[in-house]
Amino acid sequence: MDEAPTPGLNIAVLVKHVPDAQFDRHLNGPRNTTERSESILSELDEYALEAALQLVEQHGGDAAGHRVTAVTMGPGPAVSAVKKALQMGAAEGVHLTDDALAGSDASATSRALAALLSHLGPFDLVLTGMASTDGETSLVPAQLAERLDLPQVTFAAALELEAAEAGWTLTARRDGDAYSETIACALPALVSVTDQINEPRYPNFKGIMAAKKKPLRTLSLSDIGLAADEVGFAGSWTAVEAAEPRPPRSQGIVITDEGDAGLRLVDFLAGQKLL
Amino acid sequence: MPTVLVFLHDPGAVLAKNDRELLTLAGTLGDPVAAVAGDAGDPLLDGLGSYGVSTCYLPADPSVGKSLVAGKAAFLAEAVRASGASVVLLGNAYEAKEIAARAGVRLESGVITDVVAVADDLTATKSVFAGSYTSQCRVTTGIPILAVKPNSIEAADAGQPATPETVRVEVPAPAAAAVITGRVDKPATGRPDLAEARVIVAGGRGVDGNFAPLEELADLLGGAVGASRAATDAGWIEHSAQIGQTGKTVSPQLYISAGISGAVQQKAGMQTSQVIVAINKDPDSPVFEIADFGVVGDLFTVLPQAAEEIRKRRA
Repeated sequence: MDEAPTPGLNIAVLVKHVPDAQFDRHLNGPRNTTERSESILSELDEYALEAALQLVEQHGGDAAGHRVTAVTMGPGPAVSAVKKALQMGAAEGVHLTDDALAGSDASATSRALAALLSHLGPFDLVLTGMASTDGETSLVPAQLAERLDLPQVTFAAALELEAAEAGWTLTARRDGDAYSETIACALPALVSVTDQINEPRYPNFKGIMAAKKKPLRTLSLSDIGLAADEVGFAGSWTAVEAAEPRPPRSQGIVITDEGDAGLRLVDFLAGQKLL
Repeated sequence: MPTVLVFLHDPGAVLAKNDRELLTLAGTLGDPVAAVAGDAGDPLLDGLGSYGVSTCYLPADPSVGKSLVAGKAAFLAEAVRASGASVVLLGNAYEAKEIAARAGVRLESGVITDVVAVADDLTATKSVFAGSYTSQCRVTTGIPILAVKPNSIEAADAGQPATPETVRVEVPAPAAAAVITGRVDKPATGRPDLAEARVIVAGGRGVDGNFAPLEELADLLGGAVGASRAATDAGWIEHSAQIGQTGKTVSPQLYISAGISGAVQQKAGMQTSQVIVAINKDPDSPVFEIADFGVVGDLFTVLPQAAEEIRKRRA
């Protein structure tokens, strides 16, 4: 790959600590918030981190002055998402934590993250996963782009950077149902990536040991110039008034094929008026 | 009556099924108006009019429809201001949600996604954790922007044809936006879109690369063909057919699962289907726990037998 003729890339990767989707997940408490025990680094954020690491490696690595910072916001244990990112290869970690953040919806979350990134940056590239695996709204990356006035390239299934005199340009591929698109923009930009973009690496022993020596900063709202009522329940534009688990599906009939299962299947469909 | 703005983020030549659902919902909540992110020909305008739309807002520069998200979001915000709408309804596809997200920031308004019902007082019912919870949400600041899942509302029949008034709104150019530099169309399958299909036949690892029996049954039932992540990762079918946590979330009337074990990641995408039929060789497959009708057997004998029986009964 070419030596980078431009200054090093400053990349932020947003990571989130989410309830493990392999287990039952719950909303609880008086304000129907997410139960966050049994949490892990959101699987979808690993693709964003891997994409950042690969871009850096393709363009001269740390030696070229590139830097990947893993950023999260959330209660104390959320820092483990950043630690996992440091083990995978991020150079630096930042954890925004404050009791006032609890209950933030997408608008309050994007406000907090925008203030955090402005405080830490400027960044050439902000990378995120395609959605969190808990809230699943996919709103935060777009709102962050709007607040930071960045072009957004979401759901990238492939990503390339090219260094030119005028600065870095980014090319991405997005795969839709009916067509595949090529998207281009100049940096700075916000990019979200899908789970098709790469195969995230596992942290190896060396990476786990090295992570312990990497800088990891903890910031509070006052550090980034936000008031408590701009985030959390108070700063949110939506509220959850009630939540209940969907009644479990009752188990139906299970038959073993004795040569006529196809016919019995059609009988069942006819009985349900589905033919 | 409040003005309800229906936003067509990706307009076709005529109204799509999801558009008709949104317009039906809008009619129950107030007086519908529409904003179309691009150009609207007479067939589309007449369709809007037949659902009671009095005014259709269009961008002064229709190329806003070709830009990525930022331009369409700016147009939506301007259309809301121009119409004085007190609630916005749009689809729940990824691009629609992103437009909602950015317009929400511009209008300082709350956004609720994955909505399956809206009450008269604008309380939205949404599905959470891939359908394992249902919550009641309200927008507490600004003009509610609600992204409604397809198949949530039964679209009413169109009324008398009418032509709405069209109003062009100026859209400020976004400071920085990404541009689409190329587009490759995928071959059309002739089957319905997964998100909107009433019947889906989906295959997993057990299909072993051969989707033919699934396609045959799907075509007989007028359905779409989906897949588990194992099948898309194996390259047997396009990634866009993936149903599950990292693919599409679907709620068809009938979901036929063939050769899919039904692990959490797959269940997340289909457990809100109305009727689930499962075929798998392994009697311990988790999919049988949520199936209304399960067959422990070989999909390569069961599906063709069912297809033949359907043909026979229809003959």
